[in-house]
Amino acid sequence: MKTDKRKALLGMVLIGVALAVLPFLVGQGLGNSWVRVLDFALLYVMLALGLNIVVGFAGLLDLGYIAFYAVGAYLYALLASPHFGIHWPAWAILPLGAMVAAFFGILLGAPVLRLRGDYLAIVTLGFGEIIRIFINNLNAPVNITNGPQGISQIDPVRILNTPLSKPLDIFGLGVPSVYLYYYLFLLLALLVVFVSIRLEDSRIGRAWVAIREDEIAAKACGIDTRNVKLLAFAMGATFGGIAGGLFAAFQEFVSPESFGLMESIMVLCMVVLGGMGHIPGVILGGLLLAILPEALRHGAVPMQQAAFGKVLLDPESLRMLLFGLALIAVMLYRPAGLWPEARRKRELARPSPQPPSRGRG
Amino acid sequence: MDTFIQQIINGLVLGSIYALVALGYTMVYGILGLINFAHGEVVMIGALTALTVIKLLANSGLPGVVVVLLGLLAAIPACMALGFTIERVAYRPLRHAPRLAPLITAIGVSIVLQQLAMIFWGRSYHAFPPILPTTGRDIGGAHIMDLQIVIVLLAAAIMAGLMLLINKTRLGRAMRATAENPQIAGLMGVNINTIISATFLIGSALAAVAGVMVSANYSIAHYHMGFILGLKAFTAAVLGGIGNLPGAMLGGVLLGLIESLGAGYVGDLTGGFLGSHYQDVFAFFVLILVLVFRPSGLMGEKVSERA
Repeated sequence: MKTDKRKALLGMVLIGVALAVLPFLVGQGLGNSWVRVLDFALLYVMLALGLNIVVGFAGLLDLGYIAFYAVGAYLYALLASPHFGIHWPAWAILPLGAMVAAFFGILLGAPVLRLRGDYLAIVTLGFGEIIRIFINNLNAPVNITNGPQGISQIDPVRILNTPLSKPLDIFGLGVPSVYLYYYLFLLLALLVVFVSIRLEDSRIGRAWVAIREDEIAAKACGIDTRNVKLLAFAMGATFGGIAGGLFAAFQEFVSPESFGLMESIMVLCMVVLGGMGHIPGVILGGLLLAILPEALRHGAVPMQQAAFGKVLLDPESLRMLLFGLALIAVMLYRPAGLWPEARRKRELARPSPQPPSRGRG
Repeated sequence: MDTFIQQIINGLVLGSIYALVALGYTMVYGILGLINFAHGEVVMIGALTALTVIKLLANSGLPGVVVVLLGLLAAIPACMALGFTIERVAYRPLRHAPRLAPLITAIGVSIVLQQLAMIFWGRSYHAFPPILPTTGRDIGGAHIMDLQIVIVLLAAAIMAGLMLLINKTRLGRAMRATAENPQIAGLMGVNINTIISATFLIGSALAAVAGVMVSANYSIAHYHMGFILGLKAFTAAVLGGIGNLPGAMLGGVLLGLIESLGAGYVGDLTGGFLGSHYQDVFAFFVLILVLVFRPSGLMGEKVSERA
């Protein structure tokens, strides 16, 4: 028992050290643009874990999740940019963004709680599109979001009055901005992971899983399904809102383009591909889908030149093509995801007594 | 008043196209309980295939109507083959998998088709050659193109034919039985796999027709057109009650009317605060309202609470 604990502690320390030196290794080996990719991967992990609460734990298919990311990002952009001339500190906006996103989560959740399965999916999708269209068009007659041009010159996150957007000078060693954001995002991502794990094991987490497995049985067991589902929407939205605020601060620019349906689908793919409801799986899914397309983009041109002597397909379309094929292949060969929950794996291994009947949600 | 009639007519045309696409979604959903996300891309492939043929024959001296018909004749088998293949490759192996798995493959298929179309047809917008007669008539101060009348009538005829097929033929009965309960239908001697393939074939043929209609009506086609069209058509199917064929038709026509009337009048109604680019918001907003008050759609039967 004691050696197990010690082993676990040792493992954690090793992972911690690895995560701490990772940006330096990546930055030295592949260049700083890859550290930027890592930063985005961490943001996506936060998003995927947020959506995992809604889709993975509570089993509510949400196709408009990116709307909460957009809410968080735009709130940050409006409260910390020259657009309105307001410059609040990040530490005030991020919690506020989380709260506003949670409010939007409840706003979406309240009317759609009666819907099940695919109806829920299409309504959440509509909600996501509505938010995006409003952001896109709220530049007239009163300019709130600056429309399709987006908002630029957003303030970076400052820690102890040091902006993270400039290289930090530590003992004559310049640490670039992307490294600083990496550590900030890593900390917050770890916090999100921690909250997710604690939620999963909590009374609420078990209530979510119960609703996912059988809503009527859950109700019969005394679970207030309405409030518990609302809580799932609100919690998921909170993570999305925080990630959105960080995204705005990191990019220093937001525009409606970043919040399309494709982004929602991307995050959903991370959750499902990794293994719905299984936190390590979802983290894996987020990292893979954030990093692999970038790798494809960078590798596509040299590989084609080596193989054919010229560039046949532009890297962007090749990237999407391979991405689509990968989605199909992974689902065909591992329908429960790359790293599914042990319980779900057992369920699938058993010959299914259930016919493929419709309406199962 | 003339704007009103004009918008009603535009809405009807758009609505009949939505209805044809929505039928494809709703038939597949009725039988498999699956959102066939790739259906919009089938429409796109149909439109671009037909357009390629039409462009080839545009200067051949054949009458425009014949050329368009030939294009349609090329698009229908192409789309049917595509729909059949999609089902075989991406959905059939996953029939007993968790519910979200086929949704993800559907998204994957959608992305792949879009990229392939972009590689074959390029990123640019393709204009529909001006070979169709542009004659029209004036009704109550509104101008209606003959093309629009043809689209609405053709769509109505196809839908009537589909209803006959579903309600009167052996195949239709087998399809209804499979939708009701695949297991029992199988025990009664229905070959479920054949029925599912037939469903995809019919839905894809309808999608091909819809694709040609869209590109003829708006004189344009491009690799990205399927996505938003599919989304709207799916919305229409849900609006009418997914899995219900008359519901899909009603939902399609209603959505078309809502969109064009909404786009035409939203500016006046809100004193210019919201412009016509809020068209899509309108469609989704109505959808959400309908679902909140009638969670199974306008014509959907009340689905018993199943876990």
